[in-house]
Amino acid sequence: MPDAAATWSGEDVAPGDVEEALRHLLQEQYARDNAHAPARVLNLVVVIDREWRGEIMNRLEQVGRYHASRTILCTVEPRRETIDASVVLTVEGDADRDGLALMRERVMLAVGEKHLPKLDTIVDPLVVTDLQTLVWSPHGHPEAVDALLHLSQVVLVDSVNEPDAASALRRAKELSEDAYVVDLAWLRSTPWRERVAATFDPPRLRADLLRIDSVTVRHHPQSRVAGVLFFGWLGSRLGWKAGSLTEANGASRGTAHGPRDDIALALETESDQAVPGLAGVEIHTSSGSSISLDRGPGGLVARRRDKKGKEQRWSVLGASRGEGGILGEGIRQALLRDPTYAGALDCGEALLR
Amino acid sequence: MAVVEEKSHQDNPLVEGLERRPIHPTTMVIFGGTGDLAHRKLLPAIYNLAHEGALPERFNLIAVSRSEMSDEEYREGARDAIKQYSRREPDAQVLDKLLEQVRYVPGTFDDDSVFDRLGEDLEQFDRDAEVAFNRVFYLSTAPSFFGLIVEKLGEHGLHKHDDAEVRVVIEKPFGTRESEAKALNRQVLKVLKESQVYRIDHYLGKETVQNVLAFRFANGMFEPIWNRNYIDYVQITAAEDMGIGRRAEYYDSAGALRDLVQNHMLQLLTLLCMEPPVTFDADEVRDEKVKVLHAVAPPEEDEVVRARYTGGMAEGKEAVGYLEEEGVPDDSTTETYVALRLEVDNWRWAGVPIYLRTGKRLARKVTEIAVTLKPVPHLAFKADGSVGVQPNQLILTVQPNEGVSLSLGAKIPGSQMRIRPVNMEFLYGTSFLSQSPEAYERLIMDAMRGDPTLFTRDDEVEAQWRIIDPILESWEKDKTPVFEYPAGSQGPEEANSILMPGHRWRAI
Repeated sequence: MPDAAATWSGEDVAPGDVEEALRHLLQEQYARDNAHAPARVLNLVVVIDREWRGEIMNRLEQVGRYHASRTILCTVEPRRETIDASVVLTVEGDADRDGLALMRERVMLAVGEKHLPKLDTIVDPLVVTDLQTLVWSPHGHPEAVDALLHLSQVVLVDSVNEPDAASALRRAKELSEDAYVVDLAWLRSTPWRERVAATFDPPRLRADLLRIDSVTVRHHPQSRVAGVLFFGWLGSRLGWKAGSLTEANGASRGTAHGPRDDIALALETESDQAVPGLAGVEIHTSSGSSISLDRGPGGLVARRRDKKGKEQRWSVLGASRGEGGILGEGIRQALLRDPTYAGALDCGEALLR
Repeated sequence: MAVVEEKSHQDNPLVEGLERRPIHPTTMVIFGGTGDLAHRKLLPAIYNLAHEGALPERFNLIAVSRSEMSDEEYREGARDAIKQYSRREPDAQVLDKLLEQVRYVPGTFDDDSVFDRLGEDLEQFDRDAEVAFNRVFYLSTAPSFFGLIVEKLGEHGLHKHDDAEVRVVIEKPFGTRESEAKALNRQVLKVLKESQVYRIDHYLGKETVQNVLAFRFANGMFEPIWNRNYIDYVQITAAEDMGIGRRAEYYDSAGALRDLVQNHMLQLLTLLCMEPPVTFDADEVRDEKVKVLHAVAPPEEDEVVRARYTGGMAEGKEAVGYLEEEGVPDDSTTETYVALRLEVDNWRWAGVPIYLRTGKRLARKVTEIAVTLKPVPHLAFKADGSVGVQPNQLILTVQPNEGVSLSLGAKIPGSQMRIRPVNMEFLYGTSFLSQSPEAYERLIMDAMRGDPTLFTRDDEVEAQWRIIDPILESWEKDKTPVFEYPAGSQGPEEANSILMPGHRWRAI
């Protein structure tokens, strides 16, 4: 747990007051101990409902080493008229031992719903100029995100939180017209995508990519969109033309059109899975071989069956990152650019049309 | 670096956008699997790669060592080592699964039956998986075994593998003299192709060292001044506050010159002085580094100072002198400090002294490159009443606090134009979200995926020794004295003798 180095708070304040307080606290802290160096890499603006503040702060604590440099937490209360604010500088590490301790800045703003359409005017003076700004609004408030879009470069979303897969993909696509979108639902599938890519990496198996004739994805009940994105990824990378995906009795079935054959797609719900994301992937080829990946102890359990029906099974090692780890990865990804998400989004959205 | 990966994956459309590219299934063999390096560094590094899902999709590990024990006993020892030395708390399930894939082969490295059994185990892994696994042999043994193990691998046909790659990682030191390094290269390259050999210098696996390249080649503002016209001199310092600990046997036979200068410090020098490579392909980078080494003449006797520490205060405690350290012979002439002046004799650097110094039991632990620029040609300000204008210094700190600092002249507030130096500091730790992986994690992964950029090539290691060998030869003839310095100090006074007029050592 980081130590609080300095704090300030005020009621019914203007953004300029908060900005001035930040400057003073930083100067005072630096004069007190110049081994406390402000981190300078990323602004994170979080918009949340007031009653869920504790939960979100816990999640932010769990991201560990991926903390943003300056976090501006806007807690929304429906009928609030004025803005209250507090600033906390926290220090990580032991300057005596390491010679340097990183100092991070957290600004808490209590705002009302009426402030949200113009939230940019409140937040703008508080972000560190020239740093990337990442916006995350886990409890909805799209009007706040829209207001902040012009001062942010990256928007963090979790598509599994949207009411349905189609609207989740539509919203992510809308946002991606103005900013780079980091989708936690997409990041949860990274180990699965890595392993499927590795499966077909040996040159003798690459031709099988053209022979894929069915893909089944099992997922957490709330994570259908993660399965659709996974299909979208395969489709966009392998040049499939989107067919359709229709939902019935908790499962979705459909087709995509590959360069040679149609591919049968199936999304199935895994009701026992406790954490969001994918539960299993099974890919069959027209030559009779198949590969499947399932969650297992210490990583994923891989099974491969060759065209003669002989099966092999092994473990692909890797620890679960947990939701804190996923959020941390989302923050880290704000500094990177994944060129394949947009294609997966387009292809996934086309499947749901 | 990326070029190697891209070529091998170019036909797999699924790898684009993935931060971690697939690595072919691999069996790794650690010779010296019960040794200190294996326990403290290699096994924890392998565990951390497993934890992050960065190992190849299928991975096996075989340890070879002299002690007689079963697979299960070795696994338990490995489990303890990982728990003790891993940079993160191990996940029990990942650790269990990793250890399930571990086997142990006991025996000495000159025993053919050891290699027969090793071959059988390797074959069995392949047969069970119906995959020809790549093989990475990691030589984590005493250097005297390197050549022998490679020969035995050749004799037993383990140096090649149909449909898969065989790579051999060789720990440092790679020889103790130029002649030994050359002989070892000949011995190794009789069996293996150079492209199969990965001579490790873990220093190059540090993010901080790689950042020297990023600093130079990703920032256009420094390149115009990065030459003899603007740079007055360079100092590369690798200082430690610790003594030799319990490493007397190794250290007394090696000394500071072999331990740090021949490898780490010359590597820093090459990264600092190399021309920009056309690409970051392994051989492009290493070609440029070798050119720098070829341009460095061995120093004359009066350009080198050696010394050893005497008793004093270090790390806040009384510290004994080197000769009083446990295990050090009374008549030892081994140096614990060395300073030397080199010059890179090429168009860019001719005439710029490059000072290297390293030592144990110095005032503090720091590794840095200090580049001192030439003073301004004309100064309109009076220096009265101030320290005056100092030459700009650019400091690249490698450890403990990785960063860059630039000293600038600034006006002292007041009615007169008086100048004093101020520091503009940038610390990498303040600007990146993630902590660096251990150097061994990076290098093991590079060896598994076949990227030798951060490993030393045969001609590179020989070029390093060509610079160092004449110094050792001179010392063997006892032509130069071993000076002394108190523990916890800045080093011997005599180190000043190699400085050119107007130059001074930066405070450690």
